[in-house]
Amino acid sequence: MKKLLRFFTPLFLHPAMLCASAGGASWFRTDRINSLILLIIFAAAVLIYIRLAKTGRPLFIRKLSGLDAMDDAVGRATEMGKPVLFIPGIQEVSEIQTIAGLSILGRVASYTAEYEAGLLVTVQYPVVMAAAQEIVKDAYVNAGKRELYNDSMVQYVAGSQFALAAAVNGIMTRIRPAANIFMGAFYAESLLLAETGNLTGAIQISGTANPEQLPFFIAACDFTLMGEELYAASAYLSGEPKLLGSLKGQDLLKIIIIILILAAIVYLMIDWKALFILKILETS
Amino acid sequence: MHDLLSKRLPMMLAFFAGMVIIVAFFSGHPTLTNFRSNMQVWVSIIGGFTLLLGVVSITSVNYRRVRKLEKDWPYKLILLISLVVSGGFGIFQGTEAGTVYDWLFQNMSAPMMSSMFAMLAFFIASAAYRAFRARTVEATILLVVAMIVMLGRVPIGQVIYHRLPEITEWIMNYPNLAVQRGIIIGAALGAASMSIRIILGIERTYMGR
Repeated sequence: MKKLLRFFTPLFLHPAMLCASAGGASWFRTDRINSLILLIIFAAAVLIYIRLAKTGRPLFIRKLSGLDAMDDAVGRATEMGKPVLFIPGIQEVSEIQTIAGLSILGRVASYTAEYEAGLLVTVQYPVVMAAAQEIVKDAYVNAGKRELYNDSMVQYVAGSQFALAAAVNGIMTRIRPAANIFMGAFYAESLLLAETGNLTGAIQISGTANPEQLPFFIAACDFTLMGEELYAASAYLSGEPKLLGSLKGQDLLKIIIIILILAAIVYLMIDWKALFILKILETS
Repeated sequence: MHDLLSKRLPMMLAFFAGMVIIVAFFSGHPTLTNFRSNMQVWVSIIGGFTLLLGVVSITSVNYRRVRKLEKDWPYKLILLISLVVSGGFGIFQGTEAGTVYDWLFQNMSAPMMSSMFAMLAFFIASAAYRAFRARTVEATILLVVAMIVMLGRVPIGQVIYHRLPEITEWIMNYPNLAVQRGIIIGAALGAASMSIRIILGIERTYMGR
């Protein structure tokens, strides 16, 4: 056993770490205790609401027209006999926005499988391509339309930002997809993509958590999911109580943050020193 | 067995990786921080290997179209030739300054990417024209505010009214920043909530379920 441990330890541990004395460094960073408290409150709120949702308690989630329009967009593509173009952002699969985009892709692929509409997914990273292929394949298998799926539905088009924009713009102008869906992390290429899609007359739905790109998407797309709406999309589309419960937990923390911000504003507006002097004067 | 590999194992790995990152964030101990760093290195190594997947995908899709002489096939052929030439020189000669790969990058790839970026100005103009049409009250407010901000950022704005740059700064630093921060706080909470769902295995839609 000791030999086995000696063999595997260097695979996991950095040499510098092996030399570090256990007593020399702290196991807990006290300067991050505020973050830990917030994390515990947040996780507790999410888990409590998930538990409540599981008991069957109805939860109100506001309407997200961008997500409701997905069904219409795929329907339009079916009627026109044109494909749906989906881009899950231009970041790696380790980026949470890409994961959110891939979650939405699963739902979109279910719709295209159901309606037998074409689907084309373009990506910038091979890992995202592999993940997207699995997701789309699963959606087609679950819909009982395995024969409609092929690996070229998900294409790795380029390894850099503007090369991807050029490739996708080319696809848009040549194929003229009926619907373009952009969900994930986008940067300077956002407007290049969305504006080209607008010029081709496609119905466009976008979503990103990058605030700098939101004005571009709002100007060029029919529907835009802003910030948190992107992360809420998979829960909203699935309608699963467990996932919807987590959205309510998130709302609770938002209320707490708003209260804390208002309290901080009030605290800063009060001249505490003046009040203190006033108190002294009163007592004397 | 299939259930274990396709469902349980990815969930267990997601839980383990997520917990390591969280615990390492709250711990300053080198055991955990270095383990976290090593995990990030593994991600890069896996990413490097999967590049081959991308090359296979791009080659198979474009080769099929060239072979069938589908519409626009010459462009696909150019792409395949470019891939083979630049990739070949990159692998066999290296990518340092002075190599053929470097020459191709500096004189072909970089100017083409710069051209794409430069085109953004024209796209902004057409998008701005559509966004600023004063059809509704909100669009009119947007138009007026955008005009003030744009004029306040150029010297002629100061000539028109000397306090225009100050007004611009106020718009950018207060109403604009407040809205941006609202979006950022919401997005951060959304990301955290999604992360908790993934770590705990509640959210499985990214695995196609």
